[in-house]
Amino acid sequence: MCGIVGLFLKDKSLEPALGRMLTSMLITMTDRGSDSAGIAIYSNAAEAGVKLTVQSGTPEIDFGGLAEDLKNVLGAEVSVTERDTHAVIEVSSDQVTAARAALAQIRPNVRVLSVGEAIEIYKEVGRPDAVAQRFEVGRMSGSHGIGHTRMATESAVTTMGAHPFSTGPDQCLVHNGSLSNHNSLRRRLRRDGVHIETENDSEVAAAYLTHKMQNGSTLGEALGSSLNDLDGFFTFVVGTKDGFGVLRDPIACKPAVMAETDQYVAFGSEYRALVDLPGIEFARVWEPEPATVYFWIHDTTPVPEDRAA
Amino acid sequence: MKVFDLETEGLRALNAALNEQSVARDHAVWEIVSPKGGHAIAVGLDAPLDVTVRGSTGYYCAGMNKQATVHIAGSAGPGVAENMMSGKVIVDGDASQYAGATGNGGLLVVKGNASSRCGISMKGIDIVVHGNVGHMSAFMAQAGNLVVCGDAGAALGDSLYEARIFVRGTVESLGADCVEKEMRPEHLKILEDLLQRGECDAKPEEFKRYGSARQFYHFNIDNAY
Repeated sequence: MCGIVGLFLKDKSLEPALGRMLTSMLITMTDRGSDSAGIAIYSNAAEAGVKLTVQSGTPEIDFGGLAEDLKNVLGAEVSVTERDTHAVIEVSSDQVTAARAALAQIRPNVRVLSVGEAIEIYKEVGRPDAVAQRFEVGRMSGSHGIGHTRMATESAVTTMGAHPFSTGPDQCLVHNGSLSNHNSLRRRLRRDGVHIETENDSEVAAAYLTHKMQNGSTLGEALGSSLNDLDGFFTFVVGTKDGFGVLRDPIACKPAVMAETDQYVAFGSEYRALVDLPGIEFARVWEPEPATVYFWIHDTTPVPEDRAA
Repeated sequence: MKVFDLETEGLRALNAALNEQSVARDHAVWEIVSPKGGHAIAVGLDAPLDVTVRGSTGYYCAGMNKQATVHIAGSAGPGVAENMMSGKVIVDGDASQYAGATGNGGLLVVKGNASSRCGISMKGIDIVVHGNVGHMSAFMAQAGNLVVCGDAGAALGDSLYEARIFVRGTVESLGADCVEKEMRPEHLKILEDLLQRGECDAKPEEFKRYGSARQFYHFNIDNAY
C-alpha cells in the first residue's frame, strides 16, 4: 500500500495552516503504511538564497557548530535552523555547490535531502503522527506540500528510503506502487551521470523526471514520457517550486482521489484524507484518470488533461 | 428510523447492530451519518433493511449484501457492493474502481460514473450506471447484466463468459473475445426492466449489446478433458 496526501493552496490566507492540514491528512492515512513518513513543504522562497535540508543520524554531533564551520570554509554567512534530526541550511544561491562540497568534507555523515529556494523535506522512520511531531510539521506554513506514509516493498526501511525523494532543485516525488524496471533504469541514469542515493524504486522515478527536465522537458512532458519508460504500478504526486502534479499508470489500480475548490487542490489516496478540509462538501471531487497528466501552477488555474497514452 | 452516528459510535458497533437485524428484525429503516469516507460500512447485511448513508464512503461499502437496500447519498470508494448476493445498492454520486465486483445477484445502481473494472468477474449481479464506466469493465464477467448509459473505457468485457453488456454511448475499445451482438426483442425487454429498476429514463433502443464471441480455448468442447 502506502498513503499519499497533497495540498496545493490557491488562497493565500490558508498558508499558515498548510502544515496543520497536511499533518491531519497524513495521519488519517496511517493504516495504509506506517513504517516511515515524510513531508515536503514549499514555503516562500528564502530571501535571495537557497535552502538545503540535511539529515543526520547523530544530530547532536553533526549540527553542533555547523553554521560556524561552514562559514569558515565558505567565507560567507550561513544560517542553520535545527529541527530534530534535520537542519535547514540557508546559503546564497551562488554558494550551493561549495556548500555541498564543504558539507561532504566537514560533516561526512550528513545527508542532503533537498536543495531549493522553496522546498524543505522532513522524513524519518516511524508513524506519521510521530514523524510530524518530531519536526513540528503542524506549525509550518507554505504554499503547497506533499506527504507520504510508507509500507515498504522494494527496499529497506530507512530514513533515506522514506518519501518524498528529491533529485533536483525544488523537485520532489512521492509514489504509491512498485516499479519493476528500476534496476535497469537506475544503471542507465547513473551512466548518464545522475546521482541516485538509494536502491529504492521510487527514487529512480524521481531521478528519471529530473533527468528529463535537465534535458529540456517540462514537468508535464517528463511525466508523459514516464508512461513509456517506467514499468510497474504507480500513482505519483510531484512538487516543484510553484507547481503540483499527479500521474497514475494506465492500469490505475493504486487509488487516488482529488478535490478542488476556489481555495485549494487536494490529493488523497482515499477520500478519508480529505474529509476535514474546509468546504469539502462543496468541492469538485473526482478520481484522476489513468495515464493522464494533471498539473497546477501558482498564479494560473489550468487543469491540463493531455491524455498521454 | 434508527440514526447511527459513525463518528461517535464506531464501525464495529454499526455493523454489529445491522447484522443483529438478521435475527432481531425490530428496526427496518436506518440512517448512518458522518461516514467520512470510512471503510466497510454496512457490510454483510442479511435482512430486508432500508439503510441510507449520508455522505461518501471508503472501501467495500455494502459488500456481501443480502436482501437489504443500501442507499449511499454521496460517492463510494473502491469495491462498493462487492460480492453482493441480493438486494439493492444505490450510489447517488460516483463509484470508484471495481464496483459490484464478483456480485452474485441483486442490483447496483450508480447515478454518476463508475471508474475502472466495474463489474469485474460479476456472477449474476445487475449493474446500472447512469454515467460512464472506466477501463476493463466486466472483465471475466460470468453472468448478469451491465448497463452503461454513458461511455465505456478501454477493453470492455475482456475474456467474458455469459454476462450481457449494454452501452448507450461510445466504447473506447472491446476486450479480447468481446463483440457487439444483435439486439433482439428479448434483450430490449430485459433492458427496459433494468432501466426502470435502475431509475434511468434512457430508451432501450438507444443501446448496443455486447457479449462473448466464445472463441476462446475453453469454449471449444474438443478442448475438454
